[in-house]
Amino acid sequence: MPEYQNIFTRVQVRGPAHAGVPVAQGPFTREFTPFFSHFLGELGNAQVGPIYLGSLGVASLLFGFVAIEIIGLNMWASVGWNPVLFLRDLPWLALEPPSPAYGLQIPPLNQGGWWLMAGFFLTSSMILWFLRIYRRSRQLGLGTHTAWAWASAVWLYLCLGFFRPILMGAWGEAPPFGIFPHLDWTVAFSLRCGNLYYNPFHMLSIVFLYGSVLLFAMHAATILAVSRFGGDKEVEQTIDRGTASERAALFWRWTMGFNATMESIHRWAWWFAVLTPLTGGIGILLTGTVVDDWFLWGVKHGLAPHYAAIYGTVADPAQGGK
Amino acid sequence: MAMLSFEKKYRVPGGTLLGGELFDFWVGPFYVGFFGVTTIFFSVLGTLLIIYGAAIGPTWNIWQIDIAPPDISYGLGLAPLAKGGLWQIITICAIGSFASWALREVEISRKLGMGLHVPFAYSVAVFAYVTLEVFRPVLMGAWGNAFPYGIMAHLDWVSNTGYNYLNFEYNPAHMIAVTLFFTTTFALSLHGSLVLSAINPGEGEEVKTADHEDTFFRDFIGYSVGTLGIHRLGLFLALGAGFFSAMCILISGPFWTAGWPSWWNWWLNMPIWPTH
Repeated sequence: MPEYQNIFTRVQVRGPAHAGVPVAQGPFTREFTPFFSHFLGELGNAQVGPIYLGSLGVASLLFGFVAIEIIGLNMWASVGWNPVLFLRDLPWLALEPPSPAYGLQIPPLNQGGWWLMAGFFLTSSMILWFLRIYRRSRQLGLGTHTAWAWASAVWLYLCLGFFRPILMGAWGEAPPFGIFPHLDWTVAFSLRCGNLYYNPFHMLSIVFLYGSVLLFAMHAATILAVSRFGGDKEVEQTIDRGTASERAALFWRWTMGFNATMESIHRWAWWFAVLTPLTGGIGILLTGTVVDDWFLWGVKHGLAPHYAAIYGTVADPAQGGK
Repeated sequence: MAMLSFEKKYRVPGGTLLGGELFDFWVGPFYVGFFGVTTIFFSVLGTLLIIYGAAIGPTWNIWQIDIAPPDISYGLGLAPLAKGGLWQIITICAIGSFASWALREVEISRKLGMGLHVPFAYSVAVFAYVTLEVFRPVLMGAWGNAFPYGIMAHLDWVSNTGYNYLNFEYNPAHMIAVTLFFTTTFALSLHGSLVLSAINPGEGEEVKTADHEDTFFRDFIGYSVGTLGIHRLGLFLALGAGFFSAMCILISGPFWTAGWPSWWNWWLNMPIWPTH
């Protein structure tokens, strides 16, 4: 019994491009003439554009561009401005924060000053982007949920690169900019603090990360499965429940004894996604400030057994060899 | 009666894959079906075996309970119950109940006239589990390469397995998987936010429609994938995350035994770079 499963759009119907709902006009308007992409139309809407940049969007992109320029030019300088080496070694190149000796001072440009400046421009860009989302949501008469979700991601970024270094008293505690280097930093950070897996807020963050992926798979699959009843019209289904919502709800009720509603599944989604960086940031802030070694913390609180010292006393160079 | 106001008209017989009308009934809110019975059988047996394993183990501390697979020396053979045999039976129970659950989802989908997207998506998660616990250990020749059942025990396994390859974050499939995990979560937050912001526009505003949703995203990033498209995109991202997770561990051991950082030497050794 082969039956239709909604995976790709089989027949694309194309009308005139939608210019966007009317909005009070400021000095900036929507830019670029919309065009259609058949490839994108296979998955979702074929229309691309227009875009509204506005003063905040332009400012955010400018600041972001400056940050990327600082990072990229520093990386290029680190291979003696050799373009081939730059291309070849790019994944290994880094813009490193100042050495811990500088504490929270402003170091010379080539010893972490550029890193500090890149961080400033990137942070400014992200905050301007937050303001842009907030303002556009209000102009269109929408709630500001997107802006606050974005703020949660900015929180984690600032915990790693700004708040924790300040608490620790050195910019050198922050991660570098760079592809492999930031991975090295992550692994070294976990090792130095006695395995981040024993950090309960890291556990929560991972739960929300995996939970978000699980929720999106469950939700997206459910909506596609009831799309033949108009399940993708989620706002309409929320206000005026139709058979798509009823079947979607009953599917989960019959499967696991519990169901969300068409609106509440999006609240579950929003909170799971937002709590991922929120709890992760707390876990970062506690590391090295409140808790030095998460494994020993785990032993103390019964997460891990206490192992008898069978190898005798080992000198810890970090403790002055004691 | 645990029925929603509109539920009665949907509770119709039919749509089963096995057992005809024999198990075609509900208990409270739950649909049973033939695969509901097998789910109960496997999950109860598996859970009891975990509890038994904890009972004969050194601790009842929930964090420290550890039902480990057999030692590497048992290879792919059977082990005594207390030395990994329990783990082996529990794994069979887990796979039995996961497969039953997927097939029960198929029966419920058919009963409700829905597509089969949910059981398919669930199968990807089961595939990742079976990859970790069966495919990779079989390829490596010992059940001892599988992960143990225990809260901290499985985290320790992940940690140790990662460091066996020096820095697991250099594993290219792991990179893709992590990227997809983050991207899926990011996309979920955008989707949840957009729908909530249209339904809850704030004091004195009217509820908005898909036209406003599309407009917001075009204004925001120049493209709106649309109300149907976002669910396709979300499903692809989420399933991709699960699939590449399975791939990243499957290639570690059976196909790559060195540290993952040195895997990237192929890039440095490409003949296109001028020699100095």
